[in-house]
Amino acid sequence: MTIYRFKTPISEAEIRKLKVNDVLYVSGTMVTARDQAHKRALEYFRQGKPLPIKLEGLAVFHCGPIVKKKEGRWTIVAAGPTTSTRMDIFEDEFIKNFQVRVIIGKGGMGKRTTEATAKYGAVYGAFTGGAAILAAKAINNVKKVEWFDLGMPEAMWILEVEEFGPLVVAIDSHGNNLFMEVEKKVEQNKQKIYQKLGLSS
Amino acid sequence: METVKIVEKVAFNLLKQAVIYLPKDVKQALQKAHAEETSKTGKTQLRAILDNVEFAEKYQAPICQDTGTIIFYIKAGAMVKDLDKIEGALTKATRRATEEVPIRPNAVNPFTQKNSGDNTGRMIPYINWEIVSGDEIQMTVLPKGGGSENVCVMGMLVPGEGTRGVKKFIVDAVLKAGSKPCPPNILGIGIGGGSDIAMKTAKKALLRPLNIPNPDTEIAKLEKEILEAVNMTGIGPMGLGGKTTVLGINIDYAHRHPASYPAAVAFNCWAARRATARISSDGTVEYLTHKVE
Repeated sequence: MTIYRFKTPISEAEIRKLKVNDVLYVSGTMVTARDQAHKRALEYFRQGKPLPIKLEGLAVFHCGPIVKKKEGRWTIVAAGPTTSTRMDIFEDEFIKNFQVRVIIGKGGMGKRTTEATAKYGAVYGAFTGGAAILAAKAINNVKKVEWFDLGMPEAMWILEVEEFGPLVVAIDSHGNNLFMEVEKKVEQNKQKIYQKLGLSS
Repeated sequence: METVKIVEKVAFNLLKQAVIYLPKDVKQALQKAHAEETSKTGKTQLRAILDNVEFAEKYQAPICQDTGTIIFYIKAGAMVKDLDKIEGALTKATRRATEEVPIRPNAVNPFTQKNSGDNTGRMIPYINWEIVSGDEIQMTVLPKGGGSENVCVMGMLVPGEGTRGVKKFIVDAVLKAGSKPCPPNILGIGIGGGSDIAMKTAKKALLRPLNIPNPDTEIAKLEKEILEAVNMTGIGPMGLGGKTTVLGINIDYAHRHPASYPAAVAFNCWAARRATARISSDGTVEYLTHKVE
């Protein structure tokens, strides 16, 4: 378990240093994207339309924050991660097309994303679910909001972050997936639990 | 002040209290879990959770950005006047809390996908009514996030299997949910009634504090047995591995149809937010879960 501190834009060489169970803190530019923003970004790509921001080397955060406008400026009130598996259907294309280096969320992601992070050089960092104020504290500034028509949670918030973390590297760029490893162990425990409860036939 | 105005004010306060301050029993359970967790990664997650709870209190900001779908549980005394105006008061309080606390707008039209922007909409905020005798109103708010909501399950089990079937149904639900509902979780279990009653009972069971055992000692034993079993899964805090997967299990039931055995599991995330207050007929308000602001 090594602790890394990276600043965006992050290079492929840097990202390849990370292994599962390492801890990462990210500084620089981070962009929120949930289901709808992923969907729209991929539609834009297919139509050859540029995204509002170039995502190469940046961090993407699965998050629908609470944001408040104070004296004409947006401030992040709370910004914990959302369940990442919902983005599994988009993320491989997203990594491939936009060269993002860090995907941040909770709950882990599946095989398709794990293959994409290995192939194109990215990691998935797990941020503690629900730890919304811990996250908000590391966000210094809302640079801009795009696609606000999608609603506050689904919009693309472009954020400036400092030492955003701790992120547990749960999918590295070498094909390892910590959540899948835990799932395997859990599956092995299943029979033991059934036995304890007298459920084994 | 007239009742409706008081209800509106109290509902606003409850929403604010609930999303910022965790109930004491939940906080204590998380502290205990942190002390006892043996997985290194699991412990980092519980540390982050406890730090976050503290920061939320310090900055008076919502513990989690997902402040849920707004659901109220109202126990209204039959003698209370203007009961028909309570719904309007709760809607107003919800709008004000969305703006002022603030809480996240979470009411989306399922066909147009449009977010109403103020946490209100068709049937939302949702009110569970219970008419009791007397002239008091007891009001509870349960702001529950989408992550834990997405893994709730209801099943029509085989009556002949009895509680054996229930045990398997709960264990399988926890195994399937894995990391998704932000473990460590609290499980509300509803058994019997019908399909709708089972889920309503399960969700309502989440309102019972963790330090209050089931009044039925046999059911309390069952809760403990299943709790120990699900904590053997190894899913751990946030699904990153460890021995704390579930903080508590609350079972409640209704009598069932001879041919049916409905069972429901309502997951709550570690940020198990709830707040309750009682309004007396003379207008005095007593906050039962949180200290008054």
